[in-house]
Amino acid sequence: MAKILMKGNEAIGAAAIKAGCKYFFGYPITPQNEIPEYMSKELPKVGGVFLQAESEVSAINMVYGAAGAGGRVMTSSSSPGIALKQEGITYIAGAELPCVIVNIVRGGPGLGGIQPAQSDYNQATRGGGNGDYKLLVYAPANVQEMVDLVQEAFDAADYYRNPVMVMGDGMIGQMMEPIEFKEVKTRRELPSKPWITDGTKGNRKPNIINSLFLDAGELEDHNIRLQAKYAEMKEKEARYENYNMENPELVLVAYGTTSRIVKNAIDELKEEGINIGLIRPITLFPFPEKAFEDIPESCKGFMSVEMSMGQMIDDVKIAVNGRWPVGFFGRSGGVIPTPTGVKNAVKEMLGGAK
Amino acid sequence: MAVVFQKTKGLTDKEMHYCPGCTHGIIHRLVAEVLEELDVLGDAIGVAPVGCSVLAYDYLNCDMHEASHGRAPAVATGIKRVRPENVVFTYQGDGDLASIGTAEIVHVAHRGEKITTIFVNNAIYGMTGGQMAPTTLIGQKATTAPLGRTVEHSGMPLKVSEMLATIDGAAFVERVTVDSPANVRKAKKAIKAAFECQLAGKGFSIVEVLSTCPTNWGMSPVESLGWLKDNMIPYYPLGNLRRPEEDK
Ligand SMILES: Cc1ncc(C[n+]2csc(CCOP(=O)(O)OP(=O)(O)O)c2C)c(N)n1
Ligand code: SF4
Repeated sequence: MAKILMKGNEAIGAAAIKAGCKYFFGYPITPQNEIPEYMSKELPKVGGVFLQAESEVSAINMVYGAAGAGGRVMTSSSSPGIALKQEGITYIAGAELPCVIVNIVRGGPGLGGIQPAQSDYNQATRGGGNGDYKLLVYAPANVQEMVDLVQEAFDAADYYRNPVMVMGDGMIGQMMEPIEFKEVKTRRELPSKPWITDGTKGNRKPNIINSLFLDAGELEDHNIRLQAKYAEMKEKEARYENYNMENPELVLVAYGTTSRIVKNAIDELKEEGINIGLIRPITLFPFPEKAFEDIPESCKGFMSVEMSMGQMIDDVKIAVNGRWPVGFFGRSGGVIPTPTGVKNAVKEMLGGAK
Repeated sequence: MAVVFQKTKGLTDKEMHYCPGCTHGIIHRLVAEVLEELDVLGDAIGVAPVGCSVLAYDYLNCDMHEASHGRAPAVATGIKRVRPENVVFTYQGDGDLASIGTAEIVHVAHRGEKITTIFVNNAIYGMTGGQMAPTTLIGQKATTAPLGRTVEHSGMPLKVSEMLATIDGAAFVERVTVDSPANVRKAKKAIKAAFECQLAGKGFSIVEVLSTCPTNWGMSPVESLGWLKDNMIPYYPLGNLRRPEEDK
C-alpha cells in the first residue's frame, strides 16, 4: 500500500477504525480534538457510533458500558481530561474490560498549557485512579508507530481484558508524517467473550460486570489474580528500541518525541567523538527492564531525558538498580528539549567542558 | 390447585440485604415483574448504582452492570449504543442520581437516550449512614444536617422529576410511591409504561419512586410510611409529568 501523509491525531482515528473499533466516546480538549472530529466523520460510515459525551467522566463511563456490552471501543483525551477519566479507568480495570484510551499529553499541573509534554508518565504508569491496577501503556515516537500500536492496543486489550493506553504528546498528535496502513491482522489468539452483557435470551445465567467485592478475602484474591495478569504483561509485552548501544560512554533513556531529539543529539555528539547510546521504551508499563541487562562495559552512567520534571527517572533507577549513576535532563511546561540542551547535559554528566 | 400468586422470574433466589421495612425490595419486585410481564427479561441489561441498591445485580434476574457513583446513565448509554435492540435500564438512589450524577441524568434525558431509569428517592443517603441528600426535606434531620436542613444553608430540596420533565428528550416522567397497596399498583403501571416507552423507541423514560429509609430516618417501618405520606408527598407530588404525545 502506498504511503500517505496524515496528521498524527487523524492517523490514530484511521488506525482505530481499521483495527475494528466501532464505538468512540469523547469530549473535546486540545491538542487531541482531531481524534473525535475524525471519528465523528468516519465511524458512521462503517456502521459505528461516535458520541460526544457531556464530560470526560461520562465519556469513560460510556466506554465502560460499551466494553461490557462487547463493543470494540476507544476514547481519547489530553491530560486534564485523562485526570477526570481516572475514575472510570479504575472501574474498567477492576471489572476487567478491554478498551483503548489515547492520551495526547499536554503540560500541567492543573490546566497547564496546550503544548506537548510527558508529565502524565506517573499518572499513566502508577495509576491515577484508586486501587492496585495497571494499564498497558504504549508510547509511540512517530506517526507510523502510533498507527501500528493502535492495532496492537486493541488486540492486547482483548487478550488481557484490560484497558490499554496509547500515550503520545501534542507534538506527534499534531505533526504530519507519511504513513502506511499495513495489512491489519492480529498476532494474538483473541479469546471469545462469553462474559458480555447482551441479554440472557433465557439461555444462560445473567452476566454481571462488576468491580465490587465486599468480602475482603475475595477482593484480595481478585487483586492477586490481577497482579498475575500484570506479571504476564511484564513477561510478554515489554518493548524497546536500542540506538547506538555498541560502545556508549553514557546511555540516555527517552521515549516518544523526546527520543527523536535525543537521537539527533547522539548523532551530533558522535561527530564530536562522543559515543552515547539510547534505550527507548516503547512500552512505559511494562517498563523494559530487560534492556538494562547486557550493558557494554564502556557505560559510565545513565540519564533519563524527559519532557517532564523527572518522572520516568524512577523506573530508570529501578532498572539500573544502583549499578550506575543516573542523571536527569528535562524540560517542562511545553518547552521541548533541544539537541543542544541534551548535548550540554551529557557533557556535564561526563565531566567534560561545555 | 390454581396458582394465584408466585414469585416473579425476574428476581433471583438470593436473599435481599435491605433493612426491615425498607421499600427498595418492593421496588425491585415491581421492576422484575414488569420485565417478566413484558417478556423482556432475556433482553434486559440493568445498571446498578452505588447506594443501598448496589447489590441489585444479585437480585434482578437479567444481565447487570455495576456503575460508579452517579454514572449509571453514562454506562447505560454505552450499553444501549452497542446494543440498541436490548432493553437497558438504570436503578438509582437520590444521592446517586440527584447529587454526584446530576450531569449524567440530565444529559441522558437531553439526548433522549432510549433507556429507562428507576429513581428511588428516600430523601437521604442510606448506605453511608444517613447523610443529607439534595432531596432531604427542609427541617429533616440527617447526620450532616444535625439540626435539620435549612434553605439558607443548603437550598430547597431538588425536584428531579419536575426538572427532567422540562427536557425535550425526556419522553416519560412520572412520580409514584409504594406506601400502600393502591400506590404499589400505580407504581407498577408507571414502571410498565416507562419500559413500554423505551420499547417503542420514544426516548428517555424515568419513574421516581418515593421510598422509605426506616433505619436512617430513625422510625419504625410503619411510622416511615406515615412520614412519607405526610411529608414527602406534599413536597414531591405524585403523578405523571410527561408522557409521549399520542398516549395523552
Ligand atoms: C465516588 C464515590 N463517592 C462516595 C461514595 C460513598 N457512597 C456510597 S453510597 C452513597 C450514598 C447513596 O445514597 P443514595 O443514592 O440516596 O442511595 P440509598 O443508599 O439511599 O439507597 C455514597 C455517598 C462512593 N461509593 N463513591
Ligand atoms: S439504610 Fe435505608 S435505604 Fe438502605 S436498606 Fe436500610 S432502610 Fe433501606
